[in-house]
Amino acid sequence: MRTGTVVNYALLIIGSIVVAFPLLLALSYSLMSESEIATFPPPILPADPTLDNYGQVFATIPIGRYLLNSFVVSSAVVVGQLITASLAAYAFSFLVFRGRQLLFFLFLSTLMIPWEATIIPNYMTIRTIGWLDTYQGLAVPFMATAFGTFLLRQAFMQIPRELWDAARIDGATTFRFLISTVVPLSRPALGTVAIYGFLSTYNQYFWPLLITNQTLMRTTQVGITQLRFEETLRWGLVMAGVIMVAAPTLALLVLGQRQLIRGLTAGAVKG
Amino acid sequence: MRWSSREIRSLGVGLAYLAPSLLLFAAFVFLPLAQTIYLSFFNTRATGAITTFAGLDHYIELLTSPAFRTGLLATAIFALYTVPVGIALGLVLAVLLNQRLRAINVFRTLMSSTIAVSAAVGALIWLLLFNPSLGLLNYLLSRVGVQGPEWLIQPTTAIIAVSITTIWLTLGTNIIVLLSGLQGVPEEIYEAARLDGAKGLRMFTRITVPMVSPSLFFLFVVDTVAVLQAFTQIHVMTRGGPVDATRVLVYSIYQDAFQNFQFGFASAQAVILLLLVMGLTLIQFRFVERRVHYQ
Repeated sequence: MRTGTVVNYALLIIGSIVVAFPLLLALSYSLMSESEIATFPPPILPADPTLDNYGQVFATIPIGRYLLNSFVVSSAVVVGQLITASLAAYAFSFLVFRGRQLLFFLFLSTLMIPWEATIIPNYMTIRTIGWLDTYQGLAVPFMATAFGTFLLRQAFMQIPRELWDAARIDGATTFRFLISTVVPLSRPALGTVAIYGFLSTYNQYFWPLLITNQTLMRTTQVGITQLRFEETLRWGLVMAGVIMVAAPTLALLVLGQRQLIRGLTAGAVKG
Repeated sequence: MRWSSREIRSLGVGLAYLAPSLLLFAAFVFLPLAQTIYLSFFNTRATGAITTFAGLDHYIELLTSPAFRTGLLATAIFALYTVPVGIALGLVLAVLLNQRLRAINVFRTLMSSTIAVSAAVGALIWLLLFNPSLGLLNYLLSRVGVQGPEWLIQPTTAIIAVSITTIWLTLGTNIIVLLSGLQGVPEEIYEAARLDGAKGLRMFTRITVPMVSPSLFFLFVVDTVAVLQAFTQIHVMTRGGPVDATRVLVYSIYQDAFQNFQFGFASAQAVILLLLVMGLTLIQFRFVERRVHYQ
């Protein structure tokens, strides 16, 4: 190997270790006993790896229930977003009607409005309709997505118009063309929207913190931060919780990296 | 403008497809937006029920309150510490990752891994790293002869700790956006520069940085908006303290609304947040439009 290549690899390895270090350290600490964590100098690798902390997480908080809640809510948001965004993107790409441009701008304008700026009335709405501590309260507000609609519209516009003309001649209805042709041809873009929707919902914190009070309705993110406020702070326990909560999203990153990158680089618009 | 029956019919069909999204946006974006602005002119009870008209009182109070000024200052410092460093670090790593080397994808995945990490997870891990007695950070500092501070106890270091955590959390996104920007730079440009004798740092400042400036600008806006919205890491690490050093705008909205139950006053701050984010996004939209026009 040329020296230049060796230097490049060395830099890449150092960079990767530094960036991934906090995550690797969390994994390592999750396998240590509390007494080992308390030793000085701070250890990096466990001398005697143990899974005790993971068992302790189950004994301390209902982590299984938290994971279930997060999966139910995130999946519901994904399904909702795929339906609403497909329908809207279809109208914005294949249907022709007056005011289409204006409505598209109305959709895009929602990207300028930070959720935090509207969180007070939204909280009041959810409380008024009795949706505090419910799955629908956690999921329904996020079931429409301007970003997803924008992304799907781009994909739908790639579909040849001839298919549309042919379908019309065959007598297919507008809705049938969407279901039988447009959706199957746009699977990669739908995948991007799905992964995005899942990741951003699963990682939410502020909204679930506000609208859930019952322990059993907490989501993973809010649930594990409780471990920080236990009477005695046990770092091995906290890190085991962190790993359990981060594992699904890290798996999603490895499996859906291409879709994620496509979403992030889709241009100027970001959800 | 006359509407033919066909036009009315096609509008009806279009609206039917848009209806699910439009209803959700109306209920959870547009209506709450109007309510936030409306609420900012009123006083409320702890339940949120409106009591008396306040006019511009909340805004005047904001302009004259030292606490609000401190909060805005904390927000500005937070953005200043986070955004430029995060983008610079992202650019250096993206350049490193933009090479044709074996197994480069492994490094790309590792370095962009923080896009999948939630703010709550990141905050908990960094809380351990910043821990004065157990944390590795102060131990490493002590090895080079520096006495590490009590990061989250002192106001000046608490905001630095939160900023470092935030830089780490946004690094994945920054790397991916900049890497794709770098991949869009035609190889011929580098070739031509090389023929002209450019290399190393000169190549980086004269060719690479200008060529990815659209990505840099995009990230500048997106990262600043993200900092303005950052809540989780502050809630988990500092709760806005010590002595309000990390009580940024969003955190102040949270405390005034949901701990002090001053919904009107909190709404006025939400309007300020809205204006800041809208301003930044509009600049971004204008910029992109111009790029498209003059390509």
